[in-house]
Amino acid sequence: MTRAFLALLRRDLLLAFRRRTELLLPVMFALVVVSLFPLGIGPDPALLGRIAPGVIWIAGLLATVISLENLFRSDFEDGTMEQYVISGHPLTLIALAKTLAHWLVAGLPLVLMSPLLSIWMNLPTSSMGVMMVSLALATPILSFIGAIGAALTVSLHRGGQLLSLLVFPLYVPVLIVATGGIMAAADGLPYSAFMGLLLAGLIASITLAPFATAAALKISLS
Amino acid sequence: MSTKPGKNFFLLLLHRLGSPPWFYQFAGRLIPWLWGLFIVLALTGLYFGLIASPQDYQQGESVRIMYIHVPAAWMSMMIYGVMAATGFIALVWRIRIMEILAMSSAPVGAAFTLAALISGSLWGRPTWGTYWVWDARLTSELVLLFLYVGVMALYRAFDEPRKAARAACLLALVGLINLPIIHFSVKWWNTLHQGSSINLTGSSIHPSMLWPLLIMTVATKLYYAANVLTRARVVLLEQDVRKAWVRDAVGTQTKSLDVGGAGQ
Amino acid sequence: MLAVSQITLERHFQPVFAPVNFALARGALLVVTGANGCGKTTLIRLLAGILTPTSGSVHSTARGLAYIGHALALKDDLSVLENTLFVRDFHGLGNDSVAELIARAGLQRVAHQAARTLSAGQRKRCALIRLMAIPAELWLLDEPYSNLDDEGIALLDELLVEHLARAGSCVLASHGRHRPSTGNCREVRLISGVTGT
Repeated sequence: MTRAFLALLRRDLLLAFRRRTELLLPVMFALVVVSLFPLGIGPDPALLGRIAPGVIWIAGLLATVISLENLFRSDFEDGTMEQYVISGHPLTLIALAKTLAHWLVAGLPLVLMSPLLSIWMNLPTSSMGVMMVSLALATPILSFIGAIGAALTVSLHRGGQLLSLLVFPLYVPVLIVATGGIMAAADGLPYSAFMGLLLAGLIASITLAPFATAAALKISLS
Repeated sequence: MSTKPGKNFFLLLLHRLGSPPWFYQFAGRLIPWLWGLFIVLALTGLYFGLIASPQDYQQGESVRIMYIHVPAAWMSMMIYGVMAATGFIALVWRIRIMEILAMSSAPVGAAFTLAALISGSLWGRPTWGTYWVWDARLTSELVLLFLYVGVMALYRAFDEPRKAARAACLLALVGLINLPIIHFSVKWWNTLHQGSSINLTGSSIHPSMLWPLLIMTVATKLYYAANVLTRARVVLLEQDVRKAWVRDAVGTQTKSLDVGGAGQ
Repeated sequence: MLAVSQITLERHFQPVFAPVNFALARGALLVVTGANGCGKTTLIRLLAGILTPTSGSVHSTARGLAYIGHALALKDDLSVLENTLFVRDFHGLGNDSVAELIARAGLQRVAHQAARTLSAGQRKRCALIRLMAIPAELWLLDEPYSNLDDEGIALLDELLVEHLARAGSCVLASHGRHRPSTGNCREVRLISGVTGT
């Protein structure tokens, strides 16, 4: 079973790198969205600095949702999904492998890109590290919860828009806690409670979400 | 041993509920009573709430909106719980009636949420001067509305009705697990961003205000029950339009009900 | 090995086909025929466990299951070799090495080409490698002869004969144009729930 898990992870990463240009799309999207804010609000550094945590985080949410749409789509359309069910391996483990691959390909680049975004939005240097940590802890949560939505909408023709509607309310707590922590750090206040909550959310979503994702995949196949 | 007949009755009821014709008849007999009782209680509650009870010394007449806003908010959350519970039963045991009840509850729950939002917004106007404040309760209700709309949208997106119901029920369950998390994080968010939390409900409730509130609470539950059973009956008729029990129940006019079928 | 009892599936509250009953012994082949759209694919997917029946039951004592549907489960961006390696690692290998399997399917010359570039016949043959690679007692094949070139038809017939000889069983949905030439072969004709034929 571990062998199957690793084979699936490896194959998904291989497939992602075969289409390298598509890899960059979520990150480019986040960059574009963030750059729209100074253009729309004005370049006043103090104002940008104040709204930076929220703006960067919302750009991250939007980029994640865009990349989620393709999480299960190709497997569903070319018949690979059915083979997962036939194989006898627990669908939960398969959901876990695919979501992990998704985060590595779509979430991790956001984490690595965050210093650039922080500089653009004039985020105080004291909180740049916290921004990165919050993204590192919470983008997997976004992937795992989002995978449930992706699995529910994969058999729909234009599932992408519906996916965003389904998943954004579930993202609200993550947004609140993550931005709360960064703003606390910016004000010089303690932020470890926020990070602790994100860690708890991470553990909870990794252990629980795959079950819901697997159930959703079975429903989508029927 | 005295629990045994009680337990048997309950199991029998649950089994019977799964049978469409039985449910149709049973709900049909229940609904008029529910509507009747609702009208009596609602009129009583509204009379005492809107006319006979005292004003609040701070908020004046506008506190009367509470008699609509608070029960609506409570119902919005209770209905989500019922929707998720019937959804859970539907998913695990594949009982069609439970799917129908869950999906019929969604629009009613969404309507109560909307009522809570609008009444809350109107309540805030005289107190805070604006039509919307991002206080913890209103913001929670807004996210709850999005959850309801998501369930309804997902249900309508699928072609096959039973698959649609199962997908929407799963989403409702996922939403239920997130609901307390959303609620607490929004409450926390509210305290994080303003020093003293903006709160619509204000001080504790005086006893003369309590009775009309409780009456309205029971009235809204009756409204929900009557509404959801009526919807469920209609959906059952639509789904089973070709079956014999529908012809027996509704007479020979089944052809006009056959909207989605092959139309023989 | 496989016992199916009064199995039905409803779509839009109508049964897709009339209730199906059969028992499949080891070493036996069952061909499912019927008019277009009468539900052959649905039945195969029910047997595979992808769909859950509305009523009736499927009992299987088979160890291992191989399924080939209309969608071939090939990754277009991966080569024949990479696709086969994945099948081996994910499902567990039978006895032969990957190179031998690809050679048997007649794809050794295109082994490093992306699946996207193959002809329809070659793609179907690549999908057939699954039957060689996965240790499975029960095969469920949905229109396996469609899109196959002559080489592929011969290969599939060979594989079927070997599989049945090993006491494996197979349920095969077919339009009826090609029929494997084996002895222990029965036919079940599906009756559509909508048209009644």
